[in-house]
Amino acid sequence: MAGLANAFGSGAMTNSIRDITQADVFFIIGSNTTEAHPVIGYRIRKAIREGASLIVADPRRIDLAEHADEFLQLRPGTNEALLNGIVHVVINEGLYDQDFIRERTEGFDELAEAMQKYTPEYVAEITNVSAEAIRKAARLYAGAKNAAILYTMGVTQHTSGTNTVLAIANLAMATGNIGKPSSGVNPLRGQNNVQGACDMGGLPPVFTGYQPVSDPTSRKKFEEAWGVSLNPEPGLTVTEMMDGALDGRVKMLYVMGENPALTDANLHHVQEAMDKVEFLVVQDIFLTETAAMADVVLPAAAFAEKTGTFVNTERRVQLINQAVAPPGEAKADWQILQDLAQKLGFNWQYGSTEDIFNEIATLTPSYGGISYERLEREGSLQWPCPTPGHPGTPILHGEKFTRGKGLFNPVEYTPPAELTDEDYPLSLTTGRNLYHYHSGSMTHRSKEIEELRPEELAQVNTEDAARMGICDGDLVKLSSRRGAVETRVEVSDIVPPGVVFMTFHYKEAAVNLLTNDKLDPFAKIPELKVCAVKLEKVAS
Amino acid sequence: MATVNINGIDVKAREGMTVLDVAQSAGIYIPTLCYHPDLSTFGGCRVCMVEADGSAVTACRAPIKDGMVVRTDTERVNQMRRVNVELIMTNHDQDCQTCAKNNNCKLQEVCAFEGITPERMSRLRRVITNKEQDTSNPAFKRDFAKCITCGICVRTCEEINGVAAIDFAFRGYKTTISTIGNKPILESKCESCGECVERCPTGALVVKNQVVPEREVRTICSYCGVGCGLVLGVRGNRVVGVRGDRQNPVNQGHLCVKGRYGFGFINHPDRLKAPLVKKNGTLTETSWDEALTLISGKIKEFTDKHGPNSLAGLTSARCTNEDNYLFQKLFRFLGTNNIDHCARL
Repeated sequence: MAGLANAFGSGAMTNSIRDITQADVFFIIGSNTTEAHPVIGYRIRKAIREGASLIVADPRRIDLAEHADEFLQLRPGTNEALLNGIVHVVINEGLYDQDFIRERTEGFDELAEAMQKYTPEYVAEITNVSAEAIRKAARLYAGAKNAAILYTMGVTQHTSGTNTVLAIANLAMATGNIGKPSSGVNPLRGQNNVQGACDMGGLPPVFTGYQPVSDPTSRKKFEEAWGVSLNPEPGLTVTEMMDGALDGRVKMLYVMGENPALTDANLHHVQEAMDKVEFLVVQDIFLTETAAMADVVLPAAAFAEKTGTFVNTERRVQLINQAVAPPGEAKADWQILQDLAQKLGFNWQYGSTEDIFNEIATLTPSYGGISYERLEREGSLQWPCPTPGHPGTPILHGEKFTRGKGLFNPVEYTPPAELTDEDYPLSLTTGRNLYHYHSGSMTHRSKEIEELRPEELAQVNTEDAARMGICDGDLVKLSSRRGAVETRVEVSDIVPPGVVFMTFHYKEAAVNLLTNDKLDPFAKIPELKVCAVKLEKVAS
Repeated sequence: MATVNINGIDVKAREGMTVLDVAQSAGIYIPTLCYHPDLSTFGGCRVCMVEADGSAVTACRAPIKDGMVVRTDTERVNQMRRVNVELIMTNHDQDCQTCAKNNNCKLQEVCAFEGITPERMSRLRRVITNKEQDTSNPAFKRDFAKCITCGICVRTCEEINGVAAIDFAFRGYKTTISTIGNKPILESKCESCGECVERCPTGALVVKNQVVPEREVRTICSYCGVGCGLVLGVRGNRVVGVRGDRQNPVNQGHLCVKGRYGFGFINHPDRLKAPLVKKNGTLTETSWDEALTLISGKIKEFTDKHGPNSLAGLTSARCTNEDNYLFQKLFRFLGTNNIDHCARL
């Protein structure tokens, strides 16, 4: 988000799902699409079957690697170097789009200069991907009529995450693969309404529609609409809140529909913060690991018991409809918040979610033309949709970038914060499986899903397993500098030697006890995708 | 444009259409079993036989040409169709009343249309008996005694999902739908998306523990960020099933294993049903009024003593826009911008 906002002026998926599936070449980096975004995965496999080409860059031999023309199995934490290497080839072999660079971008000469040292041979040493494969991938991507880049947390959950996103933007702009159909830079969002939560100002520095709290004009607009004076200082990010709880600055934490006690990096630290904070309120549908630590727990309605809107990964606003009543005294989240606001003496009188949405549309330029009435009639709308007659925007940056000219930002490779050593010789990377969702509070309670994948199976390479005398299904202890977990293993060549993979779906083997909470300095995303661990067999 | 004469009536058609396409566009029913509009055509079941310019052809595979004369109800056509259906029925379990696909079965529909009678069936000998079921998958079962080897599941797996976990195996009477090595489906690379179950024309692939809904509600999936359209099946106050919303432009009816089968949490007994407050270290049920009074009291206390930045809130990527909007509004109202969520996870 932070990276794309810097390069293009807007940090969302540039194209649409249906449109990118018509691409001639897909470059998928740090996204296990067929497990994390399965229906998009179906579309990609179909496109490949019908003749499109595929480049996959991932430390693991994921399902899509089997369908790839070029599979770049890089070392965890070296995305940035790989992308710089590809950009180097594009520049030095003259594969760039001169017209696009001249008309739509700035800073290309600086980029060309800075990329000179990233020869394929140099990058091969860093990434363990052969120089020849880097060249082939660059030629395939740059040679396509329309090439789409897809990425997810495999790119962003690194200390170098923002820089890697900038490197992706450099590649797309240098080849003119942006602002037109079937191309673009497409971060696939991982949760049903993560795009919406960001759009709605669920971030410390911005109101709805990314209007900065520090900007006097934006602040004045919200102050007038809400009738209060507002704080101009951006607030704390989730990691900073945990630090704040530990050092006593934060006295009360209110958590709605999240389970940080299982999903955040370096859990001991998070759990300590939750323990330390004076007053913890949790609003959720289950007594999650976080809720169990709370002073007050408020029962909320699940998605099937609510009306409202979700925004999907392609900025598409869609209505959700109530199917059943909430259990017992549980209430929709917005009703709970309104009740609390009234208790605090605020005169909030929203009669329905539609009332709230109308206020959002008034205060948010990119939502200005969206209404429940239009959503009911037209099915869905993709923002920006500024006026009631506007058809919505399937492709961003069509004629010009949100920021005017696209900016090339040369970035230098920086290694992960924690490298393997004698004590912790293996690299641990984390992600999802097809069956479960995040901390699993929903999927572990759905019988069929739970039976399909009842326990964690950490993936360990065949050679590593053989050396340590570990077989499929054995119980092992994995430890990092921050903690240890016990888990069963799946011996598999999906991971290369020296790499172990775990999901974050199981509280019994909570991988985030091990992960590193070192942050990307710009986006404040912890380095969940790589840390150093050791593995020991547990006597059965 | 082309013109095709079907049973004496001229029908307008486009080049590239099949006889079946044209007949369906004119509202003329031709029985089919292995045909599915989402998939490539197979032409294996032979129950869509028609006469086109005097030759017997499968309507689903025969391309039209201008001036073609099609007959769908000749004695020859009916006899061929009937024999094909009888041969399928001979080896099919006949426990319709207790079958999960009862009243929703293509084979029932085709048998009724072709007028299959017990007298004609009794002259045929059942070739294969005692076919085993594959109940390995927790979400659905495969009942080979009801499989008509139409191959819709095989094409669905390859053309819709793309994983191609199953295919035809063996020959003749032993022809079956098999995973690699004919292992149980759970041991194959099947992703349990249920797209094949959705399309199976008979009771060969059915959801386990099926409950027929009394009404349906369209909504959006609450798992990943793809935003697939769902149709929730509801009975009483329970969500009892999910199917994909074919009108939704994102998924066009397709779903993954979580979207289709991961709804059990909604009516799970673990759901929180009342507010809880910690009393003597234990969370205890309380009233809404007491819970909200306690929270608002703490908010005022901390704000007065330590300023609004002593409050912090985590909003939610799972909740609606409206929920999120009010959450951040509440915190900013209180004078702090300490609002974030797990967008980074």
